[in-house]
Amino acid sequence: MKIGVIVFPGSNCDRDMYHVLTDVFKLDAEYFWHEKGLPKNIDAVILPGGFSYGDRLRSGAIAAHSPIIKDVKKMAEKGIPILGVCNGFQILVEAGLLPGALLKNTSLNFMCKWTSLIVENNTTPFTNKLKLHQKIPIPIANGEGRYYVDDETLKKLKKKNQIVFRYSEVVNGSSDRIAGVCNEDGNVVGMMPHPERAAESAINPIDNKPSSLIFESLLNTIGVKN
Amino acid sequence: MATFNVHVTIENKPGISDPEGETILNDLVLKGTHSAISKIKTAKMLKFTIKEKDKKSAQTRVKEICDELRIYNPMVSKVTIDVFDS
Repeated sequence: MKIGVIVFPGSNCDRDMYHVLTDVFKLDAEYFWHEKGLPKNIDAVILPGGFSYGDRLRSGAIAAHSPIIKDVKKMAEKGIPILGVCNGFQILVEAGLLPGALLKNTSLNFMCKWTSLIVENNTTPFTNKLKLHQKIPIPIANGEGRYYVDDETLKKLKKKNQIVFRYSEVVNGSSDRIAGVCNEDGNVVGMMPHPERAAESAINPIDNKPSSLIFESLLNTIGVKN
Repeated sequence: MATFNVHVTIENKPGISDPEGETILNDLVLKGTHSAISKIKTAKMLKFTIKEKDKKSAQTRVKEICDELRIYNPMVSKVTIDVFDS
């Protein structure tokens, strides 16, 4: 049982993610540089936050063409759980694994603050220990976090239960207050907020339990007890 | 073969808000005496230099590259491609 944490040039939340997986949840995790392939015995893949390629062209647009993305796509097809957080979400969108686009926040500001999410789909590998409509206190840290989908795609997302998280209030102008989505099969999830920055009481001033349930959901999915 | 300069302009599709353009319009241009201006849109421009047999081929090739490598996100953006002699 192993979780791959992919590192791109400019990733900066990879260590936080690795720390939470290994030190907090006692999982076996390994970093994988984006130019290498992923071994076949990987049980889950996480694309962490950061500023891959300095956000050149558009957040995630260049990393989406990294060699490792071919393997991520193969694993996505096989149903392996894949989570993209913040820049990882932007990369999954740019790679075509998730629908939509992430635009500059309406305020045009880089937003770094605590907000809260509402769980809209608790059937994914990363949300199955959460309750439907449960509230999650969680930080965001992004400049291009305004999720956009056209009306037709939004209807499809609703119909296929692909909206995983909504912000509890208007935060950055996202379509339908969407903060996280999944693919049609539900195994690929992307979210702008940072659960790895909220899953421990030492760094969460509000309540770390809901964010820790995101990781416990993954444990639950891949069959390892905490 | 000749060398051409190809300008790729990437902008938000109509209906998708462009807060930077709106701010430039409302808080800069319209605060002066330029009331004739009704809209400003921001865009990103990439300038390609390419060797091709003619202008049409240069435009086609650059459009193919933009589509293949997802230089723009078709969900939100549209591109305009203009070709100039080098």
